[in-house]
Amino acid sequence: MIRMIRPLFAFMVALALPAQAEINIQEVTSPGGITAWLVEDHNIPFTALEIQFRGGTSLDAPDKRGAVNLMTALIEEGAGEMDSLAFAEARDSLAADLSFGSYDDSVSVSARFLTENRDQAMELLRQALISPRFDQDAVDRVREQVLSNLRSNEKDPDTLASEAFNALAFGDHPYGSSGDGTTATVTALTRDDILAAHKGALARDRIYVAAAGDITAAELGTLLDTLLGDLPATGAPMPARADWLLAPGVTVIDFPTPQSTVLFGHAGIARDDPDFFAAFILNEVMGGGRFTARLMSEIREARGLTYGIGTYLATLDHSEMVLGQFSASNDKVAEAVTVLRAEWARIATEGITEEELATTKTYLTGSYPLRFDGNGSIASILVGMQMEGLPIDYAVTRNAMIEGVTLEDTKRVAARIFLPEALHFVIVGQPVGL
Amino acid sequence: MPIRTGPIATLFAAFAALSASFAAADPVTSFTLDNGLQVVVIEDHRAPVVVQMIWYRVGAADEPRGHSGIAHFLEHLLFKGTDKIGPNEFSAMVEAQGGDDNAFTSWDYTAYFQRIAADRLDLVMGLEANRMRNLRLTEEDVATEREVILEERAQRTDSDPGSLLSEQMRAAQFMNHPYGIPVIGWRHEMEQLSRDDALSYYERFYAPNNATLVIAGDVFPEDVKLLAEKHYGPLAPTADLPPRERSQEPPQLAERRITLADERVSEPYVFRTYLAPERDPGNQAEAAALTVLAELLGGSGQTSVLARALQFDSQIAVYSSAFYDGTGIDDATFGLILVPAADVTLETAEAAMDQVVADFLKTGPDPAALERIRMQIRAGDIYARDDVNALARRYGEGLSVGLSIEDIESWDAALSAVTEADVMAAATKVFDRKNAVTGWLTRPVAEGEASE
Repeated sequence: MIRMIRPLFAFMVALALPAQAEINIQEVTSPGGITAWLVEDHNIPFTALEIQFRGGTSLDAPDKRGAVNLMTALIEEGAGEMDSLAFAEARDSLAADLSFGSYDDSVSVSARFLTENRDQAMELLRQALISPRFDQDAVDRVREQVLSNLRSNEKDPDTLASEAFNALAFGDHPYGSSGDGTTATVTALTRDDILAAHKGALARDRIYVAAAGDITAAELGTLLDTLLGDLPATGAPMPARADWLLAPGVTVIDFPTPQSTVLFGHAGIARDDPDFFAAFILNEVMGGGRFTARLMSEIREARGLTYGIGTYLATLDHSEMVLGQFSASNDKVAEAVTVLRAEWARIATEGITEEELATTKTYLTGSYPLRFDGNGSIASILVGMQMEGLPIDYAVTRNAMIEGVTLEDTKRVAARIFLPEALHFVIVGQPVGL
Repeated sequence: MPIRTGPIATLFAAFAALSASFAAADPVTSFTLDNGLQVVVIEDHRAPVVVQMIWYRVGAADEPRGHSGIAHFLEHLLFKGTDKIGPNEFSAMVEAQGGDDNAFTSWDYTAYFQRIAADRLDLVMGLEANRMRNLRLTEEDVATEREVILEERAQRTDSDPGSLLSEQMRAAQFMNHPYGIPVIGWRHEMEQLSRDDALSYYERFYAPNNATLVIAGDVFPEDVKLLAEKHYGPLAPTADLPPRERSQEPPQLAERRITLADERVSEPYVFRTYLAPERDPGNQAEAAALTVLAELLGGSGQTSVLARALQFDSQIAVYSSAFYDGTGIDDATFGLILVPAADVTLETAEAAMDQVVADFLKTGPDPAALERIRMQIRAGDIYARDDVNALARRYGEGLSVGLSIEDIESWDAALSAVTEADVMAAATKVFDRKNAVTGWLTRPVAEGEASE
């Protein structure tokens, strides 16, 4: 198949990194109108491709909960003329890596393929996306795997904690239940339900694409139409905004284990809120992924109450939260909760120090360019930026937005995003004194 | 979540061994300083990032008897401070430059790393060199951090019946070799670990002539050499480093069987390990054959021998896998695992698994399957070049277990050279039930219920 194409270049952005290199992000629009972000790098003869479809498991109807998840797990189980085994053999013969995942707000496709057999690998992926077979024997086999996972989740403290927290926070909204479904809903899913989930979730009106590696803009432009052009134009309607239902308090779920798992949090801040960067810095000081964060210092380093504790700003498409998690022995968890409450109150009233602000800015701005360190990581960052609605020059402007946050901003926003009176703790285990 | 370290060998840790272990096409340079420090430089100039890793040739299998967990405990304590670095300041100084750092411990090595902008390499090399010989520990540091490792054990092992089964099986697999000791340590011994234990272990083993330094990323060997000489060059070697001779396994004459029943278990499974040879310097052929054997038997959830027989042709299992990682100083293990379907007993599942192995020993590998694996080996070599951290890890680990750079770089050739006959020879030898431990993870039998 040979077609002449002229992809359109809307933007070309150079991200200056601290040393000599820079990274060029191109926006490529295919003749058929599908847009992708691309970083060309011809050093290694392969390409990393990331595709996200907005919506994900939240598109499930209540009585079909788990349909999008099961459908996603079946995409690779036979397509076109190939049954499951034939498809897997074809994929492995090309040494192409294809993986598919379903999440609250998206279905993701990650692919890695060699330049030498790119067309064949992409034809395989095209068939999987456009014409998956969903053979009944494959549906039944993979359904058993999903049911096995569901049974495991019933004995897994982390899953028990998050499912309880989500149910309390979101009730009947899709966020309030597991996207994997329940034993009852998954058992009842039919092949028609899987076909409907496929049609609803994988559509062109919700697609985001990024590529990095050994491919030119023209080649990518062709590829986009070949790969995705035959998907339906529109998919299932998006869910509504999720109301926040979680009252302050402590919920204990009895579970026979020497160490309690604790999930805590309250309502949060939206990704497009003008105060988001101040909140981002505050969270980093409080519970970011570092040993110097306040909670790690106070709860692990100073008191030895846990192996690890972290917090993050969860920005979902239809809600936002400030969340945190740790584990502590049953006899220590009450003390850890007390320290945590005190830290929550302290940052809400006092904010952070000038020094904390300065060192956190240095860390965040210094570490950001280090993320762009390979085709795989670049493609996944670029698709994530698009999903969050960020502009293509975000990689260049982001550090300036971090730098622009003042101590006054952090003080004002700390009182807004850390709400000691609103905290709810879900504790799975046999905590003493709670 | 910030997690400093841990034993890196868990039940499923070795599954990805094949795809992540092929030699690089990127330029690799190596030299040794006068004090014995071996330095490896891996160049990747695509992004202005560098990773520094220091690998000490000491791990849990080198611990004094009765002090299990000291190698891993010391790894935590290395972040406490030195003559020049204040308490808990090490990570703060790296983070202040936009870098990240962490460490990990296994049976054969202990490693520390930082990832940072390439123009800050001088700083992190200075920090890492400083803590090789100048650690300062207070009794209070030791007491608090001991609570942290006990919490780590509670989180990673005691809270997980699968981890407990693996720990018990390992102790049974290695009857005399210290590989039978968990890296995190046995709880009752961890509770007794002292400041003196940590310091005597540190002073003996943390030395330039007992370490490999790997610098990978946007750097040039000549610059790294100058920095290595500046920071690590002045450090004194340990004079009387003992050879790494661990007590070896006697002939194993009887299969061991372990059943761990725990009410937290949801999905029972059967797990079998066999004692297996490791990669030897200059002789990796058998380990390569075992690696390919594991891939053939259980590498793919669809096309592998186990999956095909037990998930496609019959519905005995919902999950099956085989794994082997031969990168170690002494004997390794070859593992098989099967999660049976809901209505299948462990007894039936185990018999079916053994039948698949017996059939494979008769029929041998499908040549087309072997060809697909060779293609993946070749592609793995290309994909591996995208991840300089993984490359650095491959060199650091290989050199820490006594392999040479040539061994590490010829590993993918050794894998590609594996023939059907090699696979059969390795399989026939390794599948010896006298060398095996069979573990069942089950739920407790309720009263009045018949046992399986």
